[in-house]
Amino acid sequence: MTLKDLKVGGSGTITAVGGTGALRRRLLDMGLTPGTKVLVRKMAPMGDPIELYLRGYELTIRGEDAAKITIEETR
Amino acid sequence: MVFALIGNQNCGKTTLFNQLTGSNQHVGNFPGVTVEKKQGQIRKLHAEVVDLPGIYSLSPYTSEEIVTRDFLLKEHPDGIINIVDATNIERNLYLTLQLIELKLPMVLALNMMDEVRESGGSINIEQLSRDLGIDVVPISASKNEGVDELAERAIRAVEKHSLPARMDFCDGPVHRAIHSIAHMVEDHAEATGIPLRFAATKLVEGDAPTIQALKLNENELDILDHTVHEMETALGTDREAALADMRYSYIEKISAQAVHKPGDTKEQRRSVKIDRVLTNKYLAMPFFLVIMSLVFYLTFGLIGPILSGWMEMGIEWVTELTDSALTAAGVSSPIHSLIIDGVFAGVGSVLSFMPTIVVLFFFLSLLEDSGYMARVAFVMDKLLRKIGLSGRSFVPMLIGFGCSVPAIMASRTLSSDRDRKMTIMLTPFMSCSAKLPIYSVFAMAFFPQYSAFVMIGLYVLGILVGILVGLLLKNVLFKGKPVPFVMELPAYRLPAPKTILLHMWEKAKDFLKKAFTIIFVATIVIWVLQTFNWQFQMVADAGDSMLASIGAFIAPIFVPLGFADWRISTALLTGLSAKEAVVSTLAVLTGAGADRQLAALLPGMFTPLTAVSFLVFTLLYMPCVAAFAAIRREMGSMRQAVGMMVFQTGVAWVVAFVVYRIGLLFV
Repeated sequence: MTLKDLKVGGSGTITAVGGTGALRRRLLDMGLTPGTKVLVRKMAPMGDPIELYLRGYELTIRGEDAAKITIEETR
Repeated sequence: MVFALIGNQNCGKTTLFNQLTGSNQHVGNFPGVTVEKKQGQIRKLHAEVVDLPGIYSLSPYTSEEIVTRDFLLKEHPDGIINIVDATNIERNLYLTLQLIELKLPMVLALNMMDEVRESGGSINIEQLSRDLGIDVVPISASKNEGVDELAERAIRAVEKHSLPARMDFCDGPVHRAIHSIAHMVEDHAEATGIPLRFAATKLVEGDAPTIQALKLNENELDILDHTVHEMETALGTDREAALADMRYSYIEKISAQAVHKPGDTKEQRRSVKIDRVLTNKYLAMPFFLVIMSLVFYLTFGLIGPILSGWMEMGIEWVTELTDSALTAAGVSSPIHSLIIDGVFAGVGSVLSFMPTIVVLFFFLSLLEDSGYMARVAFVMDKLLRKIGLSGRSFVPMLIGFGCSVPAIMASRTLSSDRDRKMTIMLTPFMSCSAKLPIYSVFAMAFFPQYSAFVMIGLYVLGILVGILVGLLLKNVLFKGKPVPFVMELPAYRLPAPKTILLHMWEKAKDFLKKAFTIIFVATIVIWVLQTFNWQFQMVADAGDSMLASIGAFIAPIFVPLGFADWRISTALLTGLSAKEAVVSTLAVLTGAGADRQLAALLPGMFTPLTAVSFLVFTLLYMPCVAAFAAIRREMGSMRQAVGMMVFQTGVAWVVAFVVYRIGLLFV
């Protein structure tokens, strides 16, 4: 499953980061590397983008980009 | 001695810069690009510090990152001050590990240590310093704690030329790859002056500019490919992910030992609570509207007018004093007229507006520095995506309501060229505050009961036209893919008063400079054009002047819009020097002394409908020369900037025409 499939409050561990070029590099630079634990904290009022919590800080990314990050859900 | 000040966004970099330099700073541009460069003297010592853009990595993608890299590699600073947010240490150290590879004397400023301590956390400074191989100084930039020691230690590091003690943060396949590549490119790195370790890491990472700069031959490129392939196979991942993972793994390892963090800090917990309201599904929009309305009300309705009133009184007093002094001294009438009717009337009416602009910037920097602007981007992203932009463009556009010049400059924070250009093209449609005196005079003259309604209507119209133009641009001119929207939401913090004050002072200075250069010259030019005829003889009636004939020449363009008076076309022309000049020119040309008198004279030139048509044209036509200069610089092309002016004026004409024609049906 991908990060986009997580519900608000759900969390998972990243297994792979897709995408290309500037986007992918940016995701990696911001700490979305395989093995990182991510929590979906919130959704913007219009349903997109989403707010993530990882490595002790908050990051916002769009749903379409979240769909490129494969995760394993924490149960 | 020159230091580069580098850190992530939102880590207190600007605050530290202000603490280090006080008011001893000057602003310029990095050569060849459009990113702002602030430089200042450190605490009256023999050391300068350059404030580099807030970045997260030395990747080769955004112009901020490229500027930073170029500065570090080509300008050869003597040392680096790397500021790190201690409450968010993992992600902040990611940049640190890349900076260390540059092999320059470097000191790490561990900011916001007070917040960490307050939440019961601790960071073992000695251990961290040992693990990173550089000096670490805990500071609190906002409280000005530890800043003196930081400056001292940074200077000492350069004097002793103490370089980072370690470069190796990797093991396994990445380690092997970097070392064998480093071995291979040693000569290249030395020849091109690129730090060896940085070069090797970037080559393994697949960094295009470094590969180019090092001028590797065919054979070496093959070896590089082979080495990277070997590493990728061994790790089961690609080069970029492998290196990001290498850095974060090392950071996790050292933080596990040196950083003790019992939980989120007080500020972070507070942020979560605030966000429960401010980014709440149902409350976010209402709160945004309330906050912005409050800002506008306080700026334009309450504080601005009071301060402007005082300013006006002061100007009037000085004018009267000068007037009687000139009369007493028996100064010749052309000079007397130049000073009183030209300079004092023109510059005075603009100056009285300065307090409003400063107040607006007070609120805007409050919103920016508190962290709310990032939430605005988060909440608004989906809306702006429809016109092909990201939530980050919302902030510059919002500033556009204050002044197009800083708004266009703020577009620099956008990482893609496409987004930046689109934002620049749309920003002037957001009605800037310089147009406000025009609206208010006309509203006073024609719609005294509905002046608020008229103003809001104009603002909304500007936004609507901006959206339509955005859709047009998205589908015609900028068909490319929008920039990735990956943005940090910083914890809410009380902004440092010093930062805000310096920011306001900067804006005030900017505005004064504009008033006494562009506007000053423009008022003199107008006065000359309006006082003399083509034979340079003084005219008794302004209708015989040079300006009248120029205005009359272009006036027919405005016949279809319902206003063809030469004084109006002339006022629009002078509005190009600065939009406030539209009012001052009308005042000069109609012989009105103050706004109130002008309002009484306007109904002789306009009907309510043509007044609306005129306001619509004024709202949308090309921005002032200061904004034009900013646009030219940010676009990096004279042709594009001029094209934008023509386009905007065309849009203004068409919209005003439509409004006027539709209006005629109802009058």
